[in-house]
Amino acid sequence: MIKKLRALPGYAFLTVWALFSVFPLYFMVVSSTNTSQQVLSSSMLPGTALFDNVAKLFATQDVVGAMTSSFLIAIGTTVLALLVCSIAGYGFEVYHSRGKDLLMAVLLLAMMIPFAATMIPLFQLFARVGMVNSLWAVIIPMISTPFLILLFRQASRSFPHEILEAARIDGLSELSIYARIYVPTMRATFAAAAVITFMTAWNNFLWPKVILVNNSVLTMPMLTANLSAGYVTDYGVLMLAVLLSSLPTMIVFLVLQRQFAQGITGAIK
Amino acid sequence: MASDATTRAKKPRAPKPQRRSAPPLDNYIGSRKPWLNTTRRRSLTGWGFLIPAALLIALMSFVPMIQAFFLSLQTGRGTRLEFADPLWYNYQRLLSDEIFKLTLQNTFIYLIIQVPLMLVLALILANLLNNPNLKFKGLWRTAIFLPCAVSLVSYSLVFRTLFATDGFVNDMLGGIGLIGGPINWLGQAETARFVIILGLLWRWTGYNMVFYLAALQNVDYSSIEAARMDGANSFQTFWYVTVPQLKPMIVLTAIMSTNGTLQLFDESWALTKGGPAYQTMSMSHYLYEVSFQKNPNFGYAAAISYVILILVAVLALIQMKVGDKRD
Repeated sequence: MIKKLRALPGYAFLTVWALFSVFPLYFMVVSSTNTSQQVLSSSMLPGTALFDNVAKLFATQDVVGAMTSSFLIAIGTTVLALLVCSIAGYGFEVYHSRGKDLLMAVLLLAMMIPFAATMIPLFQLFARVGMVNSLWAVIIPMISTPFLILLFRQASRSFPHEILEAARIDGLSELSIYARIYVPTMRATFAAAAVITFMTAWNNFLWPKVILVNNSVLTMPMLTANLSAGYVTDYGVLMLAVLLSSLPTMIVFLVLQRQFAQGITGAIK
Repeated sequence: MASDATTRAKKPRAPKPQRRSAPPLDNYIGSRKPWLNTTRRRSLTGWGFLIPAALLIALMSFVPMIQAFFLSLQTGRGTRLEFADPLWYNYQRLLSDEIFKLTLQNTFIYLIIQVPLMLVLALILANLLNNPNLKFKGLWRTAIFLPCAVSLVSYSLVFRTLFATDGFVNDMLGGIGLIGGPINWLGQAETARFVIILGLLWRWTGYNMVFYLAALQNVDYSSIEAARMDGANSFQTFWYVTVPQLKPMIVLTAIMSTNGTLQLFDESWALTKGGPAYQTMSMSHYLYEVSFQKNPNFGYAAAISYVILILVAVLALIQMKVGDKRD
């Protein structure tokens, strides 16, 4: 009994924080089914305006286009980042030498470079090669990050070297050891990296806003931000757009949640 | 032409490397090419694996960073830029730019209040979730982490709606009689900053908690139980046994959060739009305004970006030093 009482403040705190965490999400979901008027009169119950809001949103905004761009950017970035960073992290750990350790230290310094400090020259670079408004221009700067390389390098510490030797004796090339043994073994790390990269790429706002000019190509975050920029905001429609632009990342997270936790834990041993 | 030929003839010929001693025997065994032995080949393969990532970081981070520095010494509009006279003109201009000083101040208010508060909350939550007797663990973890899946723009707009003058928060507070009339949350500097800080706490506490939870998996739980046996209360156990073991992770999250807060943009853009009158605008938001709105001035914007760069570097250095100190 006393033990249970002692646990009470803990549960209370968790409950408060969990409610605080979930409430805005609940508000977002419920409001997307309500009219603007109902949202402002704080209706906390699901309404019947969902289809009206959908019709209004799709009629006024190019949601399909923005969704497509956002998916292309997020999936493209995730695939390329996982490929480039995992093979680099593997390379740093398995073939490590003094020169490579030095290179790693230099690359880690890049973590300290705020994006703001590289944004303008990057914009000039992509403008010079005629890539303004190109989705590639959004993807390329996000592919290689010191954080992901570090994540993969740390996780590779637990990759058994005996397997590596055995595979070499069996005559597997270095690249196929990576592709056929390393990648399947490190599934949890890949899941964690995929969750992080997909979310970052999908949610990225500043850089797409800079390089995709004049609203000719939009991402979902850009579209939602534009919705609230007018003088009159339809809150029901706005909350629907917010919900639509949050669903993909939420689904990715919920599906890969367990692997995500495992991957992070494996990397910081 | 003739002189060219003579100089070429005079040029001392580089001596061909001659092997005095015999090369290691194993180079000849089982390999026709002695230079490219297995070790060398593997090392080269390793370099091959690193090159794409390293080249991308060099081209997308280091080179632009250096270019930004030269840009920060130039003035002019659009693409017509020339070196300023004096060279540090843009930096001098920063000192008398009241809006820049205001955005610097705003960013520091966010940093000083939000980062420590968030890290402490994340530590407490992680510690609670790490208790093996806790029930519904998965439920708590998912609920607390879920905000991290929402984009910054999305949640900013949700908070903007919740804190609208005729929005939910005023209705609720008015309904239970806590406030007489509606508060103009986003229309006053202090309350608008409060909403931004609250939003940041909502979005990022769970994210940091995940890192602490992961680090706690590597903390020996028996050390915590031992402290409990010795009669330490939960706070003492937490503070004297758990926290010191998490120190490296605390330093890492502190650096990441500082870095993120100094680069704050989305919330300033979408939640408060920098207002009222620049009172909540972040440095990155101002940087964007100087670069791409009204009269774009890349040179001046680059100078602002260098201030952010230096602040990030200095604060990271301080945090690493503090984290290194043994106590």
